[in-house]
Amino acid sequence: MKKIEDANAETLKRMLSGDPVLVDCIPAGDAIPALKAGMILHSGPPIGWDRMCGPMRGAVTGIAVFEGWASDLADAEKRAAGGQFQFAPNHHHGAVGPMTGMTTLSQPVLVVENRTFGNRAYCAINEGLGKVMRFGGNDAEVLGRLAWMRDELGPALGRALRDMGGIPLKVLISRGLSMGDEMHQRNIACSSLLLRLLAPALARTMSDSKVLERCLDFIGRNDQFFLNVGMAMGKSITDPARGIESSSIVTAMCRNGTDFGIRVSGTGDRWFTAPVEMPVGLYFPGFSEKDANPDMGDSAIVETVGLGGFAMAAAPAVVGFVGAGPASEAANYTRLMGEIAVGINPEWTIPSLDYAGVPTGIDIRRVVATQIAPTINTGIAHRQPGVGQVGAGVVKAPMGCFEEALVAFAEKMGVA
Amino acid sequence: MSAEARDKDQVANGGNLLSRPVKVVNIGLDRFAKELDEQSVPVVQVEWAPPAGGNAKLAALLAKLGS
Repeated sequence: MKKIEDANAETLKRMLSGDPVLVDCIPAGDAIPALKAGMILHSGPPIGWDRMCGPMRGAVTGIAVFEGWASDLADAEKRAAGGQFQFAPNHHHGAVGPMTGMTTLSQPVLVVENRTFGNRAYCAINEGLGKVMRFGGNDAEVLGRLAWMRDELGPALGRALRDMGGIPLKVLISRGLSMGDEMHQRNIACSSLLLRLLAPALARTMSDSKVLERCLDFIGRNDQFFLNVGMAMGKSITDPARGIESSSIVTAMCRNGTDFGIRVSGTGDRWFTAPVEMPVGLYFPGFSEKDANPDMGDSAIVETVGLGGFAMAAAPAVVGFVGAGPASEAANYTRLMGEIAVGINPEWTIPSLDYAGVPTGIDIRRVVATQIAPTINTGIAHRQPGVGQVGAGVVKAPMGCFEEALVAFAEKMGVA
Repeated sequence: MSAEARDKDQVANGGNLLSRPVKVVNIGLDRFAKELDEQSVPVVQVEWAPPAGGNAKLAALLAKLGS
């Protein structure tokens, strides 16, 4: 249908013409005016306390204590069950968050500005691996790290970024792809490139060498530091592609540990949901799939813009890390995702595919017609609150979301 | 008669296609391809499935939406 092809061409054009720049790091309450005391933004489509999974509940109780809205975890749980906290998806407020995706008033958020369209998107700072809040961790160590990020790291990053005038991200991603990152489960190259740019500005804008040392050490030891930057970038790219009439392209994929949700440009901000799938992957020593929580997080925004599982061919090393078969399979993942995308990104290319661009613009028609579900690279959280990450793997977006979206899209197009 | 014309003639007459080494392109169910492969018959498998996995309602919508 020509109307759909034209609309999809416009959606793809908007996604490809975005100019995302990491410009600042500020308290979430300053970035998102709607945030107030007792309000908790979470990953995925809308969900209430009663349907939240274990790690999501763990993170909610932890962040409530962190913000001073509860005296301890038990008190926080009681308050959450009693309806004292207001929950909303990050996506409803221009934000994204990995795994549990907690975003609250005092947490610092990275700010990415899409300079082509003037919109901004936000994501909290990556905490590192292991026992962290995004995987449901909530003990003193986790809360202490968040406090340090709020008091030292966040303000330091903000000063450095403002001093630099921002860091353009498109070219950084391009270089990262040529250095073996796919920007979801492998961010070593981009994290290093980012630190290389940030370090002089951090030093220039900081008088306390001990604080500087702590900031550089934290970023330098965290191979996934760039993930949250890439997520805010993805959100800043997809937001201007929302609400284009007659477009069948996906503008968001996310999960809250219970439901997987997608949004489609031509159906506006409506969510289409289905139960989340269980990731298939590798587990850290001492853990197995019996410990795993189903799929979780807003991080699939990177797949929505052609990275992660869609750019697997750029990162053969990650195939082994997520237990997705031999490294030689990497190219097949990217080729398969090409079957469900309307175009490629000529600026984000993959050397091992003769510099072919990453598949971009997931078309729900193609997904339903081929029954090829988007492949998402993901971390795996423990199913119990407070434990943290137990592995990494690959998960398929559930077909039910796309089928439901297709029916709604057909109704909107007047052909149902 | 050229080789191409001979092949056409054989096909048209349901001729002796199997009198020469066979090369097979199999579309869809891969079991046929696997069995031929096990017998050392050259075979290329083409991944194919009916639109929407055979769901008639969704396939009809896809046809209207120009997929």
